[in-house]
Order: sequence, then structure tokens, then C-alpha cells
Amino acid sequence: MSRIKKAFEGKAFIGFVTGGDPSIEKTVEFVLEMEKGGADLVEIGVPFSDPVAEGPVIQKANQRALSAGTTLPRLFEAVEEVRKVTQIPLVFLTYLNPVFRFGYPAFFKKCQASGVDGVIIPDMPYEEQGEAKFDARENGVDLISLIAPTSKDRVQRIAKDADGFIYVVSSMGVTGTRREIASGYKDIIASARQVTSVPLAVGFGVSEPAQAKEIAKTADGVIVGSAITKLVEKHGADAGPHIQAYTKSMKDAVISG
Amino acid sequence: MLKKGRFGDFGGQYIPETLMNELETLEESYNRLKDDPEFVAELGKLLNEYAGRPSLLYYAEKMTKDLGGAKIYLKREDLNHTGSHKINNVLGQALLAKKMGKTRVIAETGAGQHGVAAATAAALLGLECEIFMGEEDTDRQVLNVYRMRLLGAKVNSVTSGTKTLKDAVNETMREWVGRCHDTHYLLGSVMGPHPFPTMVGDFQSVISKEAREQILKAEGKLPKAVIACVGGGSNAMGMFRNFIQDKDVRLIGCEAAGKGLSGDQHAASVSKGEIGVFHGMKSYFCQDSEGQIAPVYSISAGLDYPGIGPEHAWLHETGRAEYVPVTDEEAVLAFEYLARTEGVICALESAHAVAHARKIAPLIDPQDSVIICLSGRGDKDVAAIARYRGEDVHE
Repeated sequence: MSRIKKAFEGKAFIGFVTGGDPSIEKTVEFVLEMEKGGADLVEIGVPFSDPVAEGPVIQKANQRALSAGTTLPRLFEAVEEVRKVTQIPLVFLTYLNPVFRFGYPAFFKKCQASGVDGVIIPDMPYEEQGEAKFDARENGVDLISLIAPTSKDRVQRIAKDADGFIYVVSSMGVTGTRREIASGYKDIIASARQVTSVPLAVGFGVSEPAQAKEIAKTADGVIVGSAITKLVEKHGADAGPHIQAYTKSMKDAVISG
Repeated sequence: MLKKGRFGDFGGQYIPETLMNELETLEESYNRLKDDPEFVAELGKLLNEYAGRPSLLYYAEKMTKDLGGAKIYLKREDLNHTGSHKINNVLGQALLAKKMGKTRVIAETGAGQHGVAAATAAALLGLECEIFMGEEDTDRQVLNVYRMRLLGAKVNSVTSGTKTLKDAVNETMREWVGRCHDTHYLLGSVMGPHPFPTMVGDFQSVISKEAREQILKAEGKLPKAVIACVGGGSNAMGMFRNFIQDKDVRLIGCEAAGKGLSGDQHAASVSKGEIGVFHGMKSYFCQDSEGQIAPVYSISAGLDYPGIGPEHAWLHETGRAEYVPVTDEEAVLAFEYLARTEGVICALESAHAVAHARKIAPLIDPQDSVIICLSGRGDKDVAAIARYRGEDVHE
């Protein structure tokens, strides 16, 4: 069984951290803290100069990481460090250009070698995945698709071909915490389930345990990014214990749903 | 174009899933309306009676004599309403947006020419309008900011990233991802995801449609070359489109070489960039070895963009068009030269094309001609040129 499949044996909590914010060493630590808190899968954001799908919180994290000299090779090293001590599923969330420059065959080969199980590319929609999908599959790396509130008749088209898990975008707009999560994800999940057995996780805007509990009633997993990034923004290098405590509160909510 | 939304391998739709349905709707609407007689007539009326088309093809006799080579013609897009070629595209897109039932348009702008044009079209057609402009540019172009507000638009100063045109595009995309049900992104150049590069190129192709007829009437034969400045590349695509099939006409795009290509103070995405994927398209971008988009520089804010439209990338790759670097200094000299020689103060962007014409015209037979696309007027640049020359002039 692949590591990603294992993550969804129960209801999953998925945490996100921007790689290299505030340092590569801290990224390794934060991933391990999330695992201690009960995270089932961790997304590591590859920082990019122009993250067009991100709100202000993750934009700033990207800038902090780039200022600290973070590069893809350094992030692969971080993953190798994590892999020395744990088999927690790891996926990269990256804009396409850094991957494109690295080269698809080399990138996915390196993912497999270092222990990256999947890759989420927000600016590579279904129609454009063809150029990367062969190398991803060849190396056993899941290229994870996103489905949005506006996807409509695209939902099943995307779901049919999905690998790993499906990232259901809960809301319009960019990443960032929201007071209320619209319930449209329920219909999307129902529609997708008709054509796929791949797990569906909901993200965008989620920050509170009550929201996570509600979503987990329908979804296979809950994804949180900006709320964790805010902890890093606030506590910097000392964010580890805060991340673990927050992760635990969210994981508890997810499994109580 | 070889397949949908692609120019060779360039172009595509590298955009968040949230916008994909909106882009499909846009493409369908555009394909349905572009040849619709009613739409064509309405747009034609706006272009002729409101924007002042057709624009003049002016024979620059003094400049021709001075350079001693090819006859030089200026395609006077600077004489359009709002002072640049940008009006051709915004009238087309704003009319399309209205037909699609949108009530609001948003747009990015660098120097402000596209922002002013978008605000103008929105005012005329009764659409709500919001403009996104980098903080560096809102500071540099205070008058244009007020001009847009005067036209009823809201101007948002963008403080993320490098606070210039690239970041204005990022922020407009972020706004659109959050609100596309009633809002059209009135993109200003032949860039972004399909169908924008094709659609904007179509709307701008009126430039070469007119110029081709005008030069045939004046000279009885096609020009040896057409020359235009290139940032994202909309005026250049407008100038090239109807000459692409005329294999003997050289198509020349002039990129901003800023302070020179040896350092990093330029915006020459073809000369110095690499193939990449950004802002929805695969094309050439100024970037580092890690694929991070590079901060770029040009004295002219309209060329201060790290990429180039995908159709240009394709014309470059196939060798059909040439892309040449022109420095700040060459552009400023050309700006001053055209003012003194022909009494025309052109945009600093367009001055890049004038500068290259000065280099090549003397090498071309006097029986032949070249056309320079004078994409905009230079009022907005006068203060900046004065300061470049060490004078204490402020707007």
C-alpha cells in the first residue's frame, strides 16, 4: 500500500508548511511536530516568487523562505532528513515553473528517491497535466488534482483520472482563513465519488476544529495551511510545540466527526 | 496556431482550476461573437467614432532624409483616444464582457496606459472598474492614477512582491479567482492563459490590417520591415499579425535592454530569458536557475515585464520574427530625436522601436519602406525624461 493510501485509512488531517520558513532545519522539525500531533499527511510548500493562488499569509511565508535561500535541492535534502525517522506521507505543493526548470523526469525521479509521495501543482489544471503525468507515474509519484467550487461538469472528468487523493478547494479566491466555509464541497464530493475511489480532502479557509469536524463528516480528510503558517509567522523558530498542539486539536476534531 | 490555445508548444492554460470554467465560457463567448455581424458592427462603430480609427500612416519625410535609407512610416496609434493602442483591445473586451452579462471589469496596469484605457471603456459602457497597479508605479505615475479615478475607476496600489507590473498581474488574478461570476479580467496584453493571447492579438490586429492597406496605397508595395516595441507584446502583435503571411516583410520586436544585457537591469525576455511557465502561459521569462521569476527593469514602465506573449515566443522560435534589445539610453535618444525631427513626442515604449529603426533604415534601399508602430504618445514620459537629463521636473 502506498504511503498516501495509508494516510486515508481513517479520517485524515493534512497539515501544510512552507518549506524553508524560517529555515530548512525548522521545516524538518515542523513536519515531525505535526506527525506527533497526529497529522496523517504533510504538505511541504515549495516557495515561489509569485504564488498567485495564495493569500497574504502564505505569500509572506514564501518570501521568508526565499530570503532564507530555500531551493528545491535543499527541500529534497529536508525530505531525506524526515525519511530517516518516519514514513509519514509527504507531498510537495509547488507552482509549476520551479518543477519545469528542474525538468519533469529529473524532478519526479528525485521525488521518488528522496521520499516525496505526491505533488500538488495549483497552476497546472487537468488539461495541462499531460506533460508531467508520464514521469510522475513512471516514478510512482501521485500528481494530485484540484477541484474547485466552479468546476461543475469538470468534477467527474478530473476525478476519473485522479491519482493519490483529490484536493477539493472549498471556496473561491486565494488561500487564507475564512470564518465560514460554504457547503458546496458536499455536492462536489458526492459527484466525484460516483466515478472514483480516490480519497477526497477539503482545504482553503479551514482553521478551526469545529469547521474540521463538520467537513470530516463528508470528506476523507481536512487540509489546513494558512492557520499553521500563521503560527510560524508569530513564533518563528519556536513554532514547533504550537504546531504540535494545534495539529492535535484539529486531528481530534476530524476523528470526532 | 497548431492546436487549441497553443502556438507550437507555447501558450496553454496554466491557471488554477477555479478559473478553468470561466476561461471556457470566455472562449465560447468570444468564438460565438467575434464574427457575429452585430458585434462586429458595434465594435467597428466604437473604434471609428469613439477611438478615432483608422489611425494615420504618416510618412516621416524629415527622418527619412536624415537617415538616408528606407522611407519611414509611422503608424500613429498615439493619436487614438486615450493616447495609445490599448484602446483597441479594451473596447473589444469590454463590449464582450457586457455581452457575457458581466457588470464589472478588473485590469492590471504598468505605466497606466492600459488602466486608463480600461477605465475609459468601462465608463463608456457602464461597467464598474477596478485597476491594480504596483505601488512603485502608482508613485511614479501619480497623474495616471488620478486620471483613472476621474474616469470612475477604483485604483488599488499593489504592495506585494516587487510592487510593479508583474505583481499587478498577480493581484488581478487573485481578485479574479475570488470573483469571476460578475467580473471579467480585462487583460491588457497578448499574454496570460488561452484565449487571451489570441483574443487580444485579434483585437489589436486592426493596426496591421489598416497599415497593410495604407502602405500598399502609398507605396504600391509591401514594406521591407515593420518594427514595434515588445513588453507583453500587444502593439507588436497588432503590427505583425497581417504581415505574418508576407514572408518578405521582416517582423522586428524591440525588447527593453534597460541598462544593458550584461547585468540584470533589463526586461529582455527573449534575448536573456528561458522557457518557463508563468501567468497562465508557457513562454520565455526572465528567471533564475531555480525557476524563480526575476525582478526586471526598464526606464519605460510599459516594458517592465519579465515575460513575452506566447505567439511572440513561437514567432521567435520559428524564426519568423526577430527580437532585438534596445537600451534605455538608445530609447531616450530616439524619444528626443523624434520630437526634434518630426515634432512628435512618442511614448518611451514606442521610442524603443524608433531607436531600432534609426539603426536599420540607413541599410535599406531608399526605394523601400519600413513602418514603425508608434504605440503611444509621450506626455506621460516628459517629466521622467527631464529627470533622466538631470532637470528637476516633477508632475
